[in-house]
Amino acid sequence: MDQTILKTEEQAIFALRSLYRRYGYLPYKMSKFEEYEYYIRNKDFLVSDRIITFNDTNGRLLALKPDVTLSIIKNCLDLPGCKQKVCYNENIYRVSESTHQYKEIMQAGLECIGDIDLYDICEAVSLAAQSLALISEDFVLQISHLGILSAVLDRVCPDPKFHQAATACIAGKNAHDLSRLCQEYGVTPENEGLLTGFVSVYGERRQVLARLEALCGTLAAEPLKELKRLSRLLESSPHSEKIIFDFSVVNNMGYYNGIVFKGYLSGICDGILDGGQYDKLMQKMERKSGAIGFALYLDLLEQLPAPKHDYDVDVLLLYGAETDPAAVAEAAARLIAEGKTVSAQKAIPPKLRHRELLDLRKEGAPC
Amino acid sequence: MLNIALPKGRLGEKVYAMFAAAGYECPSILEPNRKLIFENEEKQVRYFWVKPSDVAIYVERGAADLGVAGKDILLEYEPDIYELLDLGLGKCRMCVAAPKGFHDDGERTLRVATKFTNIAANYYAGIGREIDIIHLNGSIEIAPILGLSNVIVDIVETGTTLKENDLEVVETIVPISARLIANKAGFQFKRAQIEAIQRSLKEQVKKS
Repeated sequence: MDQTILKTEEQAIFALRSLYRRYGYLPYKMSKFEEYEYYIRNKDFLVSDRIITFNDTNGRLLALKPDVTLSIIKNCLDLPGCKQKVCYNENIYRVSESTHQYKEIMQAGLECIGDIDLYDICEAVSLAAQSLALISEDFVLQISHLGILSAVLDRVCPDPKFHQAATACIAGKNAHDLSRLCQEYGVTPENEGLLTGFVSVYGERRQVLARLEALCGTLAAEPLKELKRLSRLLESSPHSEKIIFDFSVVNNMGYYNGIVFKGYLSGICDGILDGGQYDKLMQKMERKSGAIGFALYLDLLEQLPAPKHDYDVDVLLLYGAETDPAAVAEAAARLIAEGKTVSAQKAIPPKLRHRELLDLRKEGAPC
Repeated sequence: MLNIALPKGRLGEKVYAMFAAAGYECPSILEPNRKLIFENEEKQVRYFWVKPSDVAIYVERGAADLGVAGKDILLEYEPDIYELLDLGLGKCRMCVAAPKGFHDDGERTLRVATKFTNIAANYYAGIGREIDIIHLNGSIEIAPILGLSNVIVDIVETGTTLKENDLEVVETIVPISARLIANKAGFQFKRAQIEAIQRSLKEQVKKS
């Protein structure tokens, strides 16, 4: 098959599926619909609680999927010692932040659910980096550890309102408002320094680890150890330099825990990849397993520059009401065999740009 | 090439001077003409003048890597950007103002006139007060005088307009000033250049 006719997002779907299959992630096909009540029970996990609903023929209220992860968890079993590894590409339906109207979003990704360990975390992060690299070599994958962030926030101030406001500042690399917040909540200068220092710690992994150790001391020792071990494991990745630490990746701390990550491609103004460990979500859904996964928002690939074509077709094949259909078919087949694209028409469409015109009404010389 | 969206007007001119002092000058921007885009190939920087309330949109959508926007705009539209620095310029306050002597007894829904519906809604949700928001685009101060609203939520700089309309500040919601903002994706790929500018601007803010 001529792969050049595929759009970037279509090429990405094939390449990603092939990559995930090589690592044992089995394709997961799910229904477009889910019980509305299921989303309402877990609405805090969703990006938006505005969901397209409709009544099934038996009166049940259904929803068009706004999320894939919840559906996958629902169908996974707790199997001690085992892991279920699935990959998918599905359309989801969410409200666009810009138009405030429903939008279909093409999503591809994977989930690893079960007795996950550091290897699985490393595999997921590495596959996230490889996924980005399959689309463009010009990418950055940011990694954060919510265990470290939680420990720092707990040390600084126990108030959940403070945690929420401080997390928003950290997500925005906003050290100035974070300082004001600390003063408002009566945080000690030492703890304020710890928290605001945390905002400026990002970049190359080893440098970040060194600065983090200096900043945190004995605080968050376990998560920091895990981050170090992950960093060492990632050193063998061909994309190691593009995987950085950045604690502005905060996700939803009510559901995510541990390692979280976000990927960017040059030329796309939003993060194209989101992922992380979501053991807390599993616990909320009364599962014993842990889980990690990520999703790529393939609709964003439209922002990448597309190849420009001067013509829509190579040949406009013009025929009349009297022309023998066999002659039209023969001419079209001959041109296609020559590698040209052909549009057979009885009149010239005003907006169709053609390189040459073959008029079968005049016995067919190109003009 | 680093794209920087500047707010048209006096604030934008002050901010440009700070960027120029940071070593990212673009002399053509000072020429008297109606051009909106200016480029300095050597410094790898391109400036463009946009409506102050649009700066955050240019930055969030990646048309600009950096920009300068008021905190009021950032709180109102909540763009997904990095807020790198408080430039300390254009200082004012987002306030609740009411006719002199107004007392909110909390018995009825409070009618609030404002341009900043998101800020007002978040503020009153935070204190658990039920309100009816009346969105206006200008001359907010006359709303309580004409009985359209009980109070207004608006930016207060000197308080002169409020005084002249027999209004007074009853609550300060948040202090406002100009902020240096960055597109999250652009930041990843132009980090060194953005950090250099951020450092220099920070120094200038400290000195001023």
